[in-house]
Amino acid sequence: MTQPPWRRERREHFPGVPAWSLATSQLAPEEFGVSRLEDVTREWAWGDNGSGPADGAGVRVCVLDTGVDAGHPRVGGLERSLVVADDDGDLAIVDCDPVDPAGHGTACAGLIRSIAPAVSLTSVRVLTDGRSGSGEALLAGLRWAIEEGFDLVNLSLSTTRSKFLPTLHELADRAYFRRCVLVASAHNMPVVSFPWTFSSVISVASHDEPDPMTYYYNPAPPAEFYARGVRVPVAWSGGKEIRSTGNSFAAPHITGICALILSRHRWLTPFQLKTVLYLAASNVVASKGDAHVRA
Amino acid sequence: MSVHERRLDSEITERRLLQSTVEVARHVFAAAAASVFLVDQETGELVFEAVSGEGEQHLVGTRFAPGTGIAGWVAASGQPMVADEVAAVPQFAHDAAESTGYVPRSIMAAPVIRQETCIGVLEVLDRSATWRGDLADVDLLAMLAAQAAYGLELLIRLREAEAALPARPVDEDVHELLQRISDRVPRNGRAADPTALKLLAVAEELLH
Repeated sequence: MTQPPWRRERREHFPGVPAWSLATSQLAPEEFGVSRLEDVTREWAWGDNGSGPADGAGVRVCVLDTGVDAGHPRVGGLERSLVVADDDGDLAIVDCDPVDPAGHGTACAGLIRSIAPAVSLTSVRVLTDGRSGSGEALLAGLRWAIEEGFDLVNLSLSTTRSKFLPTLHELADRAYFRRCVLVASAHNMPVVSFPWTFSSVISVASHDEPDPMTYYYNPAPPAEFYARGVRVPVAWSGGKEIRSTGNSFAAPHITGICALILSRHRWLTPFQLKTVLYLAASNVVASKGDAHVRA
Repeated sequence: MSVHERRLDSEITERRLLQSTVEVARHVFAAAAASVFLVDQETGELVFEAVSGEGEQHLVGTRFAPGTGIAGWVAASGQPMVADEVAAVPQFAHDAAESTGYVPRSIMAAPVIRQETCIGVLEVLDRSATWRGDLADVDLLAMLAAQAAYGLELLIRLREAEAALPARPVDEDVHELLQRISDRVPRNGRAADPTALKLLAVAEELLH
């Protein structure tokens, strides 16, 4: 008998091998065994319960990125805007103007808002100096977000530096037990990076279909879900909009969907939330009383 | 061959490797231009190291401030990205783009990663619309970036080795120098570099 996808030998990372996404418009996701918890449907997860569909109200999301332009119409305001500041070698999280010199964080925040219109968004700028060596700022920002008790943290970034691995691991586990769910984009490159490869986070790569609510479960992790990540219309600095491609834009879709689910089902734990996400995935939901995919 | 000649020779080989990567990138994407930036590890600035297509005559060596535009974000985050319909966006480092003499409609950029550090960015401007599909484009770009990493790594190693070398000795045998110069002057009636010829004429006057 052939191995199921999750028992398959994990392929080697080396340059020259394509990364994690799947062109689902051309290639069907592979089949795998599904055990359904029959009560969980998309309708149950975030649909209309008589008082309208879920909108993310009451859920607090932190975007760790390049900053967020709060004035952008797609962002619709921020609860707070902060930056990791270097105070003589000591990193401190301080309030700052809600601006985004690069545009990337604004794009992520706008996507989360587009899916969960009533969610509360906070920005922590951790990518500041144009170099990838600033992993210390990422750690400081993440530690702060976990302590602050956000429900969700969007991480459309990763670090390749192994020296940050133990601390990131510890932070991810801490977040998991504090019910602070980290949604991390899979690296678009065939390189080893973190924290998206951790089992305690929700990791997201791209599919290439245009529907923002279509997402798939990947039975051969570490990238656990595929969400919209190709030619996504996104907010950019200066009140503009561009179309952008990358796993960075897939992760905020899942963050937004998680915000919908949490606003409807407030007390889900991270592992329950991931289960609901799994059961409501486009390739797992029941169709005519049966699952789409089976062994 | 002296150590200095070998040095010049390998600089050429390493430059060609990087240049060939950007040529391949430009051609597989049928793009207007492709370039490799080096991230200055001291300042975070991006420096053009190889360019194919628009701007290839004058861009090598040009520097951009840290965090500038798409390439800046890619360097900071270590993530590749594709942006379409960028021409209308002032943030897209329009000034920087204009200073290169070319404002693109679309940009794709991938980090060039050596060991665990982003040492550069591979950027492709205005790729053609084809059957490949966007996810395949990102994968292909990422693989080319892996190639560029080897080219850039060799160039960095070379420069480090160069910095460690002693300066060219001043008491070198002048006849050997003249012989080397003579070997390099093109024959068969082909013109030598006019600046070099002028400098040689000056040298002759000084030796009177």
